[in-house]
Amino acid sequence: MLEVFADNWLLFLIGQYPHGPLGGFAMTIIISLASIAAALPLGVVLALMRLSESRLLSRPAYVVIQTMRGTPIILLIFWVYFIIPMITGYSVSGAMTTIAALVLYKAAFIAEIVRGAILALPRGQTEAAKALGLRYHHITLLIVLPQALYNSVPSLITQMVGIVKDSSLGYIIGTNELTFAANQVNANLMTQPFNVYMILGLIYFAFNFSLATLARAIEKRMGASRRPVAAET
Amino acid sequence: MKYIQDISFVFLPPYGEMILQGLVMTLAITAIVFVFGFIWAIILTGLRELPVRPIQLAVATIVEFHRNVPMVVQLFIWYFGVPQLLPIPVQRWINAQNSEIIFACIAIATAFGGYASEDLRSGIRAIDMRQKEAARALGLSYIGAMRWVIIPQAIRLASPSLMNQMTLFFQGTSLAMTIGVVELTYQTKAIADETYRIFGVFAVATVIYLAVSILMMVTGERLRARNAKGARRDA
Repeated sequence: MLEVFADNWLLFLIGQYPHGPLGGFAMTIIISLASIAAALPLGVVLALMRLSESRLLSRPAYVVIQTMRGTPIILLIFWVYFIIPMITGYSVSGAMTTIAALVLYKAAFIAEIVRGAILALPRGQTEAAKALGLRYHHITLLIVLPQALYNSVPSLITQMVGIVKDSSLGYIIGTNELTFAANQVNANLMTQPFNVYMILGLIYFAFNFSLATLARAIEKRMGASRRPVAAET
Repeated sequence: MKYIQDISFVFLPPYGEMILQGLVMTLAITAIVFVFGFIWAIILTGLRELPVRPIQLAVATIVEFHRNVPMVVQLFIWYFGVPQLLPIPVQRWINAQNSEIIFACIAIATAFGGYASEDLRSGIRAIDMRQKEAARALGLSYIGAMRWVIIPQAIRLASPSLMNQMTLFFQGTSLAMTIGVVELTYQTKAIADETYRIFGVFAVATVIYLAVSILMMVTGERLRARNAKGARRDA
């Protein structure tokens, strides 16, 4: 297994770059970071809509969240892959397609986490803010969200693990990322699928396990002073 | 929009049959995964509760592997990798069978077992440990105490998150298409590639997945509500 890795580590790490497109682990990380960066604000907006007293806001958010949570990510990727070029007339790169699907999918999960964190805050927080005469957007932006987001950091890191894992599905539509690179290595070697896919698994494991451990450590530290929202996978 | 066409073709021959076959395969894999995965989860949980450090570590490693490696990669390891480790005659025999279905079931069931065992473990941790001591004091063996006192309560406490996990794994069976299992997503893609009438067939498949998932999610919410008000918890 070491030999396979020693011969192909560069392909695993950055794909064919600089002789071809950037790929491998580097691309997996870029896709994942871009996805969480876009999914987080979308998730927060969905959570606030869901908690809104106006049914015009909460109903659509509820429908969107449940639809995304109820659809396999693979189908979502196909939807984006086929539908976006149909509607816009432009062909979109594999990486962009993967990111778009991951953002839609993960925003729903993040929305549920943030909603849980907001509901878990003591009611006195918003009541006190109202008593002080603050408006909704001030209460939300200055009082509720900072605490709720802080408390959901461990769960959000766990979502990042999920994003890194789900980004592996990008290979189905030909996105140049880690799993795609492993398939290339496997096609070159032909005779060592076990070693190649074990290496692939171990790379994901090393990265994700570190993130998960970090999430647990933060949760433990926060547990002393605050009640964090349990990290749910 | 001209792309939102008549979708009735999806229900007519030959496509209606393809969708139905795919759905049956998806449900069959789901059932197998739940049954065997659950058995595997109980075994893992029981082993991890044993006061033997090396066993605990081994189980923890297995569980963390399942939780941190993408499902597709686990499928690849089982389907492409594991046969390579077996003797050639066995490999030939495996290749002659519908091995993708068997390996998909093994891969997804063991992964489900890993996730479910974590849920069961947090269920167990929520139970007052004096119950175990009391059960042992009443003369139950270790396995007896687990079987009759601890595990039933753990399952009840863990049922909402187990339901959540089952919903995700029902959707996760769609990944079996990557190793060529002819289930609902595979058939959907096949029909889309054949007819180019993408919207209709994907809409039908999505609605099927949604219907089953939402049923499971609603059940999960009910279980959560029942646990919140019903069971007495000494936490």
